[in-house]
Amino acid sequence: MSDEAEIAEEATQENAAAASTRFGMLDAGDGVLHASVDTYLAGCAEARADGFGQLIDLTAVDYLTYGAPRNLPDGVEAERFEVVTQLINHSTRERIRIRTQVSVDEPVLPTLFDLWPGAENLEREVYDMFGIEFADHPDMSRILMPEEWVGHPLRKDYAIGSIPVQFKAASNER
Amino acid sequence: MTVTENDETIDGAERVRRRGDDAAVLRLSEAEAAMIGADPSASDDERVLLNMGPSHPSTHGVLRLMLEMEGETILRSKPVVGYLHTGMEKQAEQLTFLQGCTNVTRMDYASPLFTELAFSLATEKLLGIDVPERAVWIRMLMSELNRMSSHLLFMATNGMDLGAVSMMIYGWREREEVLRFLEKVTGLRMNHNYIRPGGVAADLPDGWQADVERLLELIPPRLEEYDILMTGQPIWRERLQGVGVLNADEALALSATGPILRSTGYAWDLRRDEPYLAYPDVDFDVIVGSYGDSYDRYAIRLNEIRESMRIVEQILDRMPSGDYRIQDKKVTPPPRVRIDESMEALIHHFKIFTEGFKVPEGEAYAAVESPRGELGVYMVSDGSSTPYRMHVRGPSYINLQTMPHLMQGGLIADGVAIISSVDPIMGEVDR
Repeated sequence: MSDEAEIAEEATQENAAAASTRFGMLDAGDGVLHASVDTYLAGCAEARADGFGQLIDLTAVDYLTYGAPRNLPDGVEAERFEVVTQLINHSTRERIRIRTQVSVDEPVLPTLFDLWPGAENLEREVYDMFGIEFADHPDMSRILMPEEWVGHPLRKDYAIGSIPVQFKAASNER
Repeated sequence: MTVTENDETIDGAERVRRRGDDAAVLRLSEAEAAMIGADPSASDDERVLLNMGPSHPSTHGVLRLMLEMEGETILRSKPVVGYLHTGMEKQAEQLTFLQGCTNVTRMDYASPLFTELAFSLATEKLLGIDVPERAVWIRMLMSELNRMSSHLLFMATNGMDLGAVSMMIYGWREREEVLRFLEKVTGLRMNHNYIRPGGVAADLPDGWQADVERLLELIPPRLEEYDILMTGQPIWRERLQGVGVLNADEALALSATGPILRSTGYAWDLRRDEPYLAYPDVDFDVIVGSYGDSYDRYAIRLNEIRESMRIVEQILDRMPSGDYRIQDKKVTPPPRVRIDESMEALIHHFKIFTEGFKVPEGEAYAAVESPRGELGVYMVSDGSSTPYRMHVRGPSYINLQTMPHLMQGGLIADGVAIISSVDPIMGEVDR
């Protein structure tokens, strides 16, 4: 490897290190953090220790048919699912939103139950609606849909379905 | 290894973190429950699995509870939800941003204006627009009136659940007075679709001040009557005090917000702590409890009606004049009179109501303090005229998680008091 290439590579590594991180997750500004499946749990635990004492919301988005280019910072690889976790620090009145890319081939994330037991039903809803599993969750089962339901309704490839309207296209036989 | 093993932040929430048989939450599938039910003699203990609901008069709609009982005592319980699930978040992906409010308003049917407000605030965040001053104050007026009607409904149902049957009539009567005003402004008693992205649907009608003043005169003496009927009554106190107790650490750990969190003595109200609309400009107190029991939750709601009236009184004096919706042609249809005289206005009107308006791509979260806690809308737009994803953080859904912990070790008769004091609205739980 030539010296120039080596210097260039070092520079990019430095840049990557300089890209601000917070709780081990990539900080994209405006309170938005990007985590990977590996840094998610440790990052949340660190945020909790830092004063983000309450889990506000946990949901997911299926980016299968997203019309616009995904606007993600460098170093975050877009996957089909994104789990969005929102935390709040009551003493500084600050909120953070942790966006975690989850692949469709292995849709598994560690559970936040041990940090915030309030994650239990939120994670069950995400499992029910998107089929993303939370490892080590005390009760990984459906919550809104019946237990024997097949499919995950909020996935973008889940058909909407419709009931035919009886008289709409009725032919006039007179 | 789980994270808690090394966790140095030991708090008072150990009880709600349990996973095993000593947890308050019964984690049992339908099939397992059916097996136990089919052969009760299989187990040698005295425990009985009891089903309550979904159509039980005190379950506020269609909440079903699976209760593990030992005699009269509740050991573990599981709220079974989903009976009203109609896929409203999926449906929101098919409706334009303008139609979205007609959808979300049906979630929390006791306080529909708050869901509309959160939806509109999230949309406006993505659009990057600010609504006119008058629209902000109208929104605040309507929210506070809706908070009153919602808490009055709670007074009615809570009274009924605990045997104060006449209270049901009284609470309903006062709520109807508030709804009459909401109907006059929005055209409907419920499911208003009044607060929309860009402002509100219509200006306040002439003479609205007189109507609001009448409400402010009518309700306080009625609240005094409630105090006589319930607050100071030994039977009422006996029935609620010390029933369904939660501490602040547990409430925080379970993501509880609203009166449930405040009843533990933890003062957290988004109106004061993360102000939206014009809440910094009005004076009000955040009501907190001290014991975290059902009585505190009742008293908080009763006093929040009084605080809401205080806010309404200030709004009455200070309502600014001006536009009730933003004059931005992109999101606002032309005035009705223009449609008769201008072809362009007609086309403009038609396009906004059929195609809708496009919202720049991005994601946003907006939260408001609903009568039940933090109500937030997380919205993702891909630049089209329908949300790519719309998620509602329903306070009822999340607060429902406190129920097994409130019930554990209590009597089944207290279970009814606890369901009532959590005040879940099933339309929002199931969405």
